[in-house]
Amino acid sequence: MSATATLESLLRAAFADATVLSVEDRTGGGDHFQVVVESPSFAGLTLVEQHRLVYDALAAPLADGTIHELRIRTRAPQTASTGGTA
Amino acid sequence: MSELRDRIQTIISDEPVSLFMKGTPQFVMCGNSDRALRALLDAGAPVTAVDVLPDPQIRQELSSLSGWPTIPQVFIRGELIGGADIVEELHASGELQQRLDEALGAGREQVVRTVALA
Repeated sequence: MSATATLESLLRAAFADATVLSVEDRTGGGDHFQVVVESPSFAGLTLVEQHRLVYDALAAPLADGTIHELRIRTRAPQTASTGGTA
Repeated sequence: MSELRDRIQTIISDEPVSLFMKGTPQFVMCGNSDRALRALLDAGAPVTAVDVLPDPQIRQELSSLSGWPTIPQVFIRGELIGGADIVEELHASGELQQRLDEALGAGREQVVRTVALA
């Protein structure tokens, strides 16, 4: 399995209810990734808490060096009240 | 070892804005550290930068203190704000400015300095 597919399956397992989930290999080298996760489980959480959940889901590839650089974008679906700024 | 941990904790708690980064503001060694630094400078933040590269122990102790696995890490008065993505996002929405104003006052002075831990 490619690193991209590994990351995606880890994220799908952690965020089964995700409304948006994507993993992009930013450089084509298989170690610089941009992940986007939109999930109801982020509702009411700060960005730090949201990113922590992503880091938790990707703990293994972060620890073993599969991920050299990780960019994260998270949000709760628009319908949920997040109390954040637009 | 724990002396290093104490010094890191002191910087996080005492500095108005601390940025743990790869390299220094004068010589940034990583794109993500650069993104965080630019957002902070653009928002008018004072920055106390710590280069984590000279000693791997710095990064280990920092991540064990903050529970955040990656570099850079930005703190405002002891509170973890996040890494490059969050800092950029908060800057784009104007929230970074707002949090700086709340924590440090709107009339803050922008001093950029580097603290060496190793």
